[in-house]
Amino acid sequence: MDKKTPLYDKHVELGATIQSFAGYLMPIKYGAIKKEHMAVRESVGAFDLTHMGEFRVTGPDSAAFLDKLLTNDAAVADGKAYYSTMCYPDGGIVDDLIVYKITDEEYLMVVNAANLDKDWAWVQSHLQGFNIKVVNESDEIALVAIQGPKAEDLCSKLTDADLSVIGYYEHISGKFAGVDALIARTGYTGEDGFEIYMKYPDAEAVWDGVMEAGEEFGIIPVGLGARDTLRLEVGYPLYGNDIDHSTTPIEAKLGWVVKLKTDKKFISREVLEQQKADKPGRYLVGMVVTGKGFPRHGTPLFSGDRKVGIITSGSLAPALGQAVCLGYVERGFQKRGSELEAEIRGKRIPLKIVKIPFYTEGSRK
Amino acid sequence: MSNIPENVRYTETHEWVRKEGDKYIIGLTDHAQHEMGEIVMAELPEVGAEATKGDSMGGLEAVKTAEDFYSPLDGEVAEINEELEANPSLINEDPFAAGWLFAVKTSDDSQFDALLTPEEYKTHIGE
Repeated sequence: MDKKTPLYDKHVELGATIQSFAGYLMPIKYGAIKKEHMAVRESVGAFDLTHMGEFRVTGPDSAAFLDKLLTNDAAVADGKAYYSTMCYPDGGIVDDLIVYKITDEEYLMVVNAANLDKDWAWVQSHLQGFNIKVVNESDEIALVAIQGPKAEDLCSKLTDADLSVIGYYEHISGKFAGVDALIARTGYTGEDGFEIYMKYPDAEAVWDGVMEAGEEFGIIPVGLGARDTLRLEVGYPLYGNDIDHSTTPIEAKLGWVVKLKTDKKFISREVLEQQKADKPGRYLVGMVVTGKGFPRHGTPLFSGDRKVGIITSGSLAPALGQAVCLGYVERGFQKRGSELEAEIRGKRIPLKIVKIPFYTEGSRK
Repeated sequence: MSNIPENVRYTETHEWVRKEGDKYIIGLTDHAQHEMGEIVMAELPEVGAEATKGDSMGGLEAVKTAEDFYSPLDGEVAEINEELEANPSLINEDPFAAGWLFAVKTSDDSQFDALLTPEEYKTHIGE
């Protein structure tokens, strides 16, 4: 039985196309994906992301525990957040996540909904030896994201806090739309924006407050469809598409979240260190389609007759008006500017490897 | 609720079929275009190509998804909607008229008669 977020009735009222996603009935789109996408690029959009999972880690060994489990470094200042991968001993990725540091003894991990059960089991199996408590608050915490160049103007109307001093990947706790919330300058769109975490019963007040305050900016609700095109247009990987147990952060060009420069002994360290030194056999690259066609997850990539890779994500990039993709290619074929071909329905479609992000005009601070 | 015109027949794979002179015009149903969302490319068959009932005749690309479409009849592709090359969103805007996909010539009219009626299609999509 799929779960409903506390905003489910709102989505139905708004005429959303609802689909089951990671065990939740989620809005995929309210109207046209392109329109929702462009609202976020040009002004502001609101997302219900309550399906995301939240684990709260508390206790004196919180940082030590996270440093064992996660590839990125927990030594950040209070009020900062960091993006990380969580890896298996073989270097494959369990999940990618954001961690909000509240104090030395309290962190909030935000994980992908589709990985919630697996992540929870993974966390539970590594508790031994750490003086901490981890609580799964996924069914208690709702998440509303406000994304787009007008996000700060909008959110400033709903809180007394001075949002202009909160930097990218920083957060505060305070009142938002009259309720207690964690207000974070994070997102998955390439635009400036905030993610507001609150208790389930407060979600409606936040959603209604945001929609009302956003009226003057032309806010519209945005579904998971445009969330995917927005993230792809700026080249952010999606777990289950671009990264999974069979890929490592080094292959996925996420080496910047693997703290090899520290001496921390996180799970998978030796394997990833070795892979970095040896260079991986394949790399995740961004490609634009120069011919006519839309390569999708699983489409094979060729250089001449040789199969050299596979597409992991592909769609129209609405702000660019062309098809873009992410995919893995064999080492030696990953050079920017190189041309490859995708095979779709027996036809070859030319592509060119380009720099990520595809879209570079984002308002992200 | 989807628009399900009474004057055409339907397939389980969401094509509609209308007899026009000696040809059958084929398109995508309103229900299917709505499910797919904004169609950004239509890959159509070649005129003169063989059409076999149930075989893929081409593909439609929406922003996030792709779907093949199928021939509801045996015959030969008589015509394709060339307007879709420049303006694939016609399939969304006017699925039963300007957004038609291709036309088939067939010698066997009984296949048309066996297609789903509007009532049967309505049941098929659960409306």
